[in-house]
Amino acid sequence: MNGAHDLGGMHGFGPVEIERDEPVFHSRWEARMFALNHACGFHGKWNIDMGRYAREQMPPAEYLATTYYEHWLFGLQKLLVEQRLVSASELHSARPDSKTGEARVMRVSDVGSYLRNRLAARLDEDVPPRFTAGERVVARNINPAGHTRLPRYARGRCGMIHRDHGVFIFADTNAMRRDKKPQHCYSVRFTARELWGPEASARDSVFIDLWDDHLDPA
Amino acid sequence: MSDHHHHGDDRDREHDRPLSGPALRVKALESLLTEKGLVDPKALDELIDTYETKVGPRNGARVVARAWTDPAYKERLLAGATAAIAELGFIGRQGEDMVVLENTPKVRNMVVCTLCSCYPWPVLGLPPVWYKSAPYRARAVIDPRGVLKELGSEAAEDVEVRVWDSTAELRYLVLPERPAGTEGWGEEQLAEIVTRDAMIGVAQVTVPARTRR
Repeated sequence: MNGAHDLGGMHGFGPVEIERDEPVFHSRWEARMFALNHACGFHGKWNIDMGRYAREQMPPAEYLATTYYEHWLFGLQKLLVEQRLVSASELHSARPDSKTGEARVMRVSDVGSYLRNRLAARLDEDVPPRFTAGERVVARNINPAGHTRLPRYARGRCGMIHRDHGVFIFADTNAMRRDKKPQHCYSVRFTARELWGPEASARDSVFIDLWDDHLDPA
Repeated sequence: MSDHHHHGDDRDREHDRPLSGPALRVKALESLLTEKGLVDPKALDELIDTYETKVGPRNGARVVARAWTDPAYKERLLAGATAAIAELGFIGRQGEDMVVLENTPKVRNMVVCTLCSCYPWPVLGLPPVWYKSAPYRARAVIDPRGVLKELGSEAAEDVEVRVWDSTAELRYLVLPERPAGTEGWGEEQLAEIVTRDAMIGVAQVTVPARTRR
C-alpha cells in the first residue's frame, strides 16, 4: 500500500540525530510493548508479514506523528481483534469478557528457544529462478492497496540482478492471504542516477531485495 | 484492572507520575491480555531482559574482530555469513539469513530499511531510534552522502557508496575497514573499538586517542 511507512526518498524530515549512549528502551512501556508483541505472536495467529501490514495501516498523519512502539501498539491491537484473540469491546474497556481457551501461552521457559528458532522465510522448495545474476530487470509499476515490499521509489526503475538469495516466502501474498507463493528473492542493484536522476552521484547505487513477482526482464 | 505487580513496573521511569498516552494504553493492554490468560508477564520480563542485557552490538563487534584477525574466518563470513556468525553462537530471530558487506578504501556500504526497521538483532541487538525514524529511512537512499557527511563520516568523491535497503528477510552487517594503528592488536582489544554505527555503515572505526601509542 502507498502508506506513510514507505519513506524512501522523501524530503523535509530534518537531520538524522544519533543519541549518545542510547538505552535499549526509552521507557518501560516501550519495553512492555516490544515484549507483548512477541508474546502475542507466539500464539501463531499471524505471520511477520501480516504484522508489518497491520502497522502500515495506521493512518498516514498518525503514523508520522507517533513513535515506533506506538506503531507496534496500533498493529498489535488490530491483529488481536482481527484474529479474535480479544474482542473490540474488551479492548475498549480493558476488561476481559471471558478467559481465553488458547493453550499456547509463552512461558519463561519458552523464551530462549523462541528467540533462537529460525523463522522459515527461506524455503526448500525447488522453484526455478526467473533471473540470473547480471541480468537487466525492471521493477514493476504496481500500486496494490495491500502489502508490498516493493518500495515506491523503485517502481518502474531498471536495475541489475546482483545476487540470487534463493527461494523465500513472498511477503506480499503471505501478508494478505497467508499464501507463501515460494519464489526467488534477489538483491537488485539500481544506480543512484536511475532512481534519482542526473544530479545523483554516478558512482553510487541502492541494492533492494525483490522477488520474482516484483520484476520483469528489462 | 489487575492488581498484580510485576518486575517490569518496579523499574518504571514513570513510576511516581501519572501514566499518559501510550504508557497508559500499553499498561491497560498488558493487564487485559494477562487476565485473559494470553500472556505471562514473567515471559515478558525475560524477553526484555534478553535484549537489554544479553544481545547487543558487542556480538557484532566480536564477529568483526574475528574477521580482522583470522583471514580464513573472514573468507567464510563473506561467502556464507549466517553459518560463520553462528560459529560464534549468534543465531536466531531477525538474523536467520545474514549477508556481510565488506568496506574497502574504495567502497562504503550503508544499511537501511525504508519500509519498516529491519535490523540484524542477533549481532546488533534492537535498532536505535535514529535508524527507525523518518529522517534516516527517507534520506539514506536518496542522499546517502549527505547523511554520512552530517554524521561526520564523509565519503570521498572517488569512493563508491552502496546503500542496502532491507526489504526482504535478509539482514545486513557491514564489515568496516580495520583502522591503521591497530597492528598487533588482539581480537578482544579490536572488538572494543568496533561501534554499532560502523556496523550499520554510517561511521568508520577509529582508534580512540587514549589507546593510541
